[in-house]
Amino acid sequence: MYAFTYHRPATARQAASLLAKKEDAKLLAGGHTLLPTMKQRLASPGALVDLSSCADLKGITRKGRNLVIGAMTTHAEVAASPEVQEAIPALAYLASHIGDPHVRHRGTIGGSVANNDPAADYPAALLALGATVVTNKRKLAAEEFFSGLYETALDEGEIIVKVSFPATSKAGYAKFRNPASRYALVGVFVAKRGSEIAVAITGAGEGGVFRWPEAEAALKARFAGKSLDGLKHTAKGINGDIHADAEYRAHLIGVMAKQAVAQATGKA
Amino acid sequence: MANLSMTVNGKSVTATVDPRTLLVQFLRENLRLTGTHVGCDTSQCGACVVHLDGKAVKACTTLALSCEGASVTTIEGLANGGTLHPMQEAFREHHGLQCGFCTPGMIMSAVDIVNRRGNSLDEKTIREDLDGNICRCTGYHNIVKAVAAGAEAMGKGAAPVRQAAE
Amino acid sequence: MSATGIGAPVRRKEDHRFITGQGRYTDDINRPGQAHAYFLRSPHAHATLKKIDTKAAAAMPGVLGIYTGDDLAADKVGGLICGWMIHSKDGSPMKAGPHPALAQGKVRYVGDHIAVVVAETLAQARDAAEAIVVDYGVLAAVVDTATAAKAKTQVHDEAPGNTVFNWHLGDKDATEAAFKAAKHVTKLDIVNNRLVPNPMEPRAAVGDYDQGEGAFTLYTTSQNPHVARLVLSAFIGIAPENKLRVIAPDVGGGFGSKIFIYAEETVCVWVAKKVGRPVKWTSDRTEAFLSDAHGRDHVTHAELAMDADGKMLAMRVHTTANLGAYLSTFSSSVPTYLYAPLLSGQYDIPAIYCEVDAVYTNTAPVDAYRGAGRPEATFVVERLVEVAARQLGKDPAKFRTQNFIRKFPHQTPVIMMYDTGNYGASLKKAMEIIDYKGFPKRRRDSARNGKLRGLGFSAYIEACGIAPSAAVGSLGAGVGLWESAEVRVNPIGTVEVLTGSHSHGQGHETTFAQLVSDRLGVPLENVSIIHGDTDKVQMGMGTYGSRSGAVGMSAIFKAIDKVIAKGKKVAAYVLEADEADIDFKDGNFTVKGTDRTLDFGSCALQAYVAHKFNGQDLEPGLKEGAFYDPTNFTFPAGVHICELEIDPDTGITRIERWAAVDDFGNVINPMIVEGQVHGGIAQGVGQALLEGARYNADGQLVTASFMDYCMPRADDLPSFEVGMTVTPCPSNPLGIKGCGEAGAIASPPAVINAITDALGHEEIAMPATPQAVWRAAQKTLSRMAAE
Repeated sequence: MYAFTYHRPATARQAASLLAKKEDAKLLAGGHTLLPTMKQRLASPGALVDLSSCADLKGITRKGRNLVIGAMTTHAEVAASPEVQEAIPALAYLASHIGDPHVRHRGTIGGSVANNDPAADYPAALLALGATVVTNKRKLAAEEFFSGLYETALDEGEIIVKVSFPATSKAGYAKFRNPASRYALVGVFVAKRGSEIAVAITGAGEGGVFRWPEAEAALKARFAGKSLDGLKHTAKGINGDIHADAEYRAHLIGVMAKQAVAQATGKA
Repeated sequence: MANLSMTVNGKSVTATVDPRTLLVQFLRENLRLTGTHVGCDTSQCGACVVHLDGKAVKACTTLALSCEGASVTTIEGLANGGTLHPMQEAFREHHGLQCGFCTPGMIMSAVDIVNRRGNSLDEKTIREDLDGNICRCTGYHNIVKAVAAGAEAMGKGAAPVRQAAE
Repeated sequence: MSATGIGAPVRRKEDHRFITGQGRYTDDINRPGQAHAYFLRSPHAHATLKKIDTKAAAAMPGVLGIYTGDDLAADKVGGLICGWMIHSKDGSPMKAGPHPALAQGKVRYVGDHIAVVVAETLAQARDAAEAIVVDYGVLAAVVDTATAAKAKTQVHDEAPGNTVFNWHLGDKDATEAAFKAAKHVTKLDIVNNRLVPNPMEPRAAVGDYDQGEGAFTLYTTSQNPHVARLVLSAFIGIAPENKLRVIAPDVGGGFGSKIFIYAEETVCVWVAKKVGRPVKWTSDRTEAFLSDAHGRDHVTHAELAMDADGKMLAMRVHTTANLGAYLSTFSSSVPTYLYAPLLSGQYDIPAIYCEVDAVYTNTAPVDAYRGAGRPEATFVVERLVEVAARQLGKDPAKFRTQNFIRKFPHQTPVIMMYDTGNYGASLKKAMEIIDYKGFPKRRRDSARNGKLRGLGFSAYIEACGIAPSAAVGSLGAGVGLWESAEVRVNPIGTVEVLTGSHSHGQGHETTFAQLVSDRLGVPLENVSIIHGDTDKVQMGMGTYGSRSGAVGMSAIFKAIDKVIAKGKKVAAYVLEADEADIDFKDGNFTVKGTDRTLDFGSCALQAYVAHKFNGQDLEPGLKEGAFYDPTNFTFPAGVHICELEIDPDTGITRIERWAAVDDFGNVINPMIVEGQVHGGIAQGVGQALLEGARYNADGQLVTASFMDYCMPRADDLPSFEVGMTVTPCPSNPLGIKGCGEAGAIASPPAVINAITDALGHEEIAMPATPQAVWRAAQKTLSRMAAE
């Protein structure tokens, strides 16, 4: 790592002010992307603002029809939370399959969402569930929040405070793991809220997380895995690498989508 | 440089460290607790797993300064004086180690599995929950057996790690 | 059998320190005043070094020194060596290009060493390394194994056509004649994928120089510290042997990759004197991927000829072996004498001819990795045999049985004289364990669930216990492959054994102590095994090639014989009897036919006090040494059967069952032996399903971390069902054959034979990743639909 100064504010407000004051400052959440990147000297922030003591960024609450998760809530906490398991079981399931147990003890929803790694799990859930990202400055709908590979709508100095999800039990997530890294080679999150159907795909898109309108239309007719029979995602716009080429990933989208629907309909 | 204080294996420690010091470096280099190992740079192998406030974490992906005020248990703090922790005993009894390099992280992860999931663990659960630990020697066969046996032994009156170490 | 003697599953003595975090690995060692080394490595696969400007870097904080290949040359430090001479078919010696520890004029792979920076801290060394300015003349890279010999670019001036050697073994004419007469010929093209050994402990070194004594100490992650000292002294010229101590403390796995003498430890020990400080280097995982010697990387065409009944007549094999950018310590032996002599497998094949072209490429050096040549040979043999059985419409077990060698000793057409074995017994037992008869039903059950189930055999043989020194000398080895032992009995009967073998996971502290305990009748806890320090153990050849049981323990056995013989002399004086009348059994010297006895501890005391005998007639003390040189290779063999299920929708392959039946001869500690089998299978399954080192066309390693190189994890594997058969090895006193590599040798063809059985066609290569299997399964499904 290159040298940096370290700051550990107690509130999000203090964090924001440090972020504004310190040159080349970066927020440190769970650190499971940032620290390995810094260790390889691929990132060199001048200052790190560690959010781990910001109590106001933590916790899971149910607010009416919404489930609100603080940005610094760990994957393990989301996975184990009775509130999450009741409001959106698929979200708890997703969180329980991120990385490995140690990663889940440190990694946070805010960190994952802010990084918008194209192979991260959470972006698919946010997009499919129509979640709202609440920052210290504004509220952003998931679809405007995720803007490209590792790109988000966050401005300089803006901090994710929490993520609000509309509750639904009709949701499912299926992931085909990269055998080496355990990231999503393809992850599909399917959600049904009223008559709204959303199918969001992570791990496969050249531009990061995206929706699959054809599958949504098919599922709107009937919310069942069978509705996806014969539906194939195009390999166009799908990324390929040494682990999986675009054709295989496109195929897996269909397979994972069916598994996700099966989970959402209690048929997994 | 920044000041740091935490509890390691039940003892308070204070130090002045460079902010880039990782928890694993602090343990190995400052405290000379060399049982915690580094086997990769990308947070996969789990040779560095310690318990931070009772939860298994990768000490290679945690800044020492982030652990200010926290309680850390390493492999050196697992045995209760001269008495081995049941999970340590189980690894020996079931030949759950060969070269020994991944072993400290493996044992700390195994205790964490028991803390999270209880004393009755089936093979599938153990294999899935060892996802964050790589062993190149054993083929995991005997590690899985050791974790199951250690978990059971921990339930038979043997103290779980948090009480034993803190 | 006693509870701690030979054959008992004794819990390991060494475990206490490992499970309590008290192991002492090289990176755990810190010397007073220690500085840190960082290597500037080439980012290019192939480039000339036009200029290396270290001026700005040298002025950076904490920097103690920066050294390049020019400094090595100025100090007349020799290059790294390859210790096995191979001659081409035309009799010419292999073309070995120079291999300086720091590049001189040219870099030849990504990760090649350009300069070392020594600084107060590692961060400072790394900062300074980034400030070194190198002017590269980037050249085209040679990467591909199959086409390297035809590449326009030449890696070494010494090696036209990038060819290290064109070697062959066997009787070409007899083989050709047999093929002409054959009724059926099975042909196969095979790629043996390139692997990265990845022991969990990365390599490390601490070099130290004692100015007062003029002596060096090197702590290093080595499987064979004495060989390291020999090479560093005699060839590289760091210091004479008496002024160089090499210590390999606890070593966290090796699998071959820590046999070799690398640039980093050479440089650390050399610069320790230059900077006047101890110097430590510890590899990070990416450096390990880039610069540890890789394994395998063969491209092969193989053919098997049979008569009308399916009797094997001949085999011919052509292999291109990638040796990387430089010849690593034993690299030349791996695709030659550790490979082709195993092509007879367990089968009676009258004629075999094998050609091997070894090539240079701009990739990391390739050398021995668990099994070293024998997994490659076994993959060729067992894939060929399986495909032949399918083509002939024969049951694969029956076809193998039909061709098994049954009479021993058996001289193969490729050097080896198999001493003993019972291949049918292992096959039968493995088939019982896996419930071969029940397989068709299990396959139908899988099919009902939309899954493809397959079963694959692998009947392997390996040659280990390496090896008779004169034999390997005649084949080009630069060293003898005996082993040494010294058994030191202390005055009250405790025992220290100094061995030239090195344990890095194999459990020698336990198994070697079992042998001593068993033979001398002393309690296990009274026996200490000492290894890994050239100042303690005089000389040794180290641990690799599954040799420590068969060769290392045989040396101890021999030394114990001498201890007992000496003890008898002492006892004869004490018991006032004739030496010829003294028996030794269960820890007691007894006068035959009487109740007059002297226990071993008392005998030791008498040997040291020397009150009962004249020191001129009999030397006081009880300490004996032995060098054991084997008379033959040993030939562990067995049958592994893999049963697996493929999800054609995702391409995911799950191994459902694994039966392993091995004949390792006599076994000292079955618990440890089974552990070796488990670990070997896991590495072989890794090769078959998950692992593959890949370079892109520019020579960049694109699988340089655990993010991209897939290591087997717990949930990738099943529990294994391990059985054993025993035909004792006749060539060593313990009847041991060796067990360390068997699993890695046996398992890849078992997996691929099972996958191809499930698929119903042969079009799959290793690693059979989900993508590859999915694609292959689509072919299967469309063929099934067409039928």
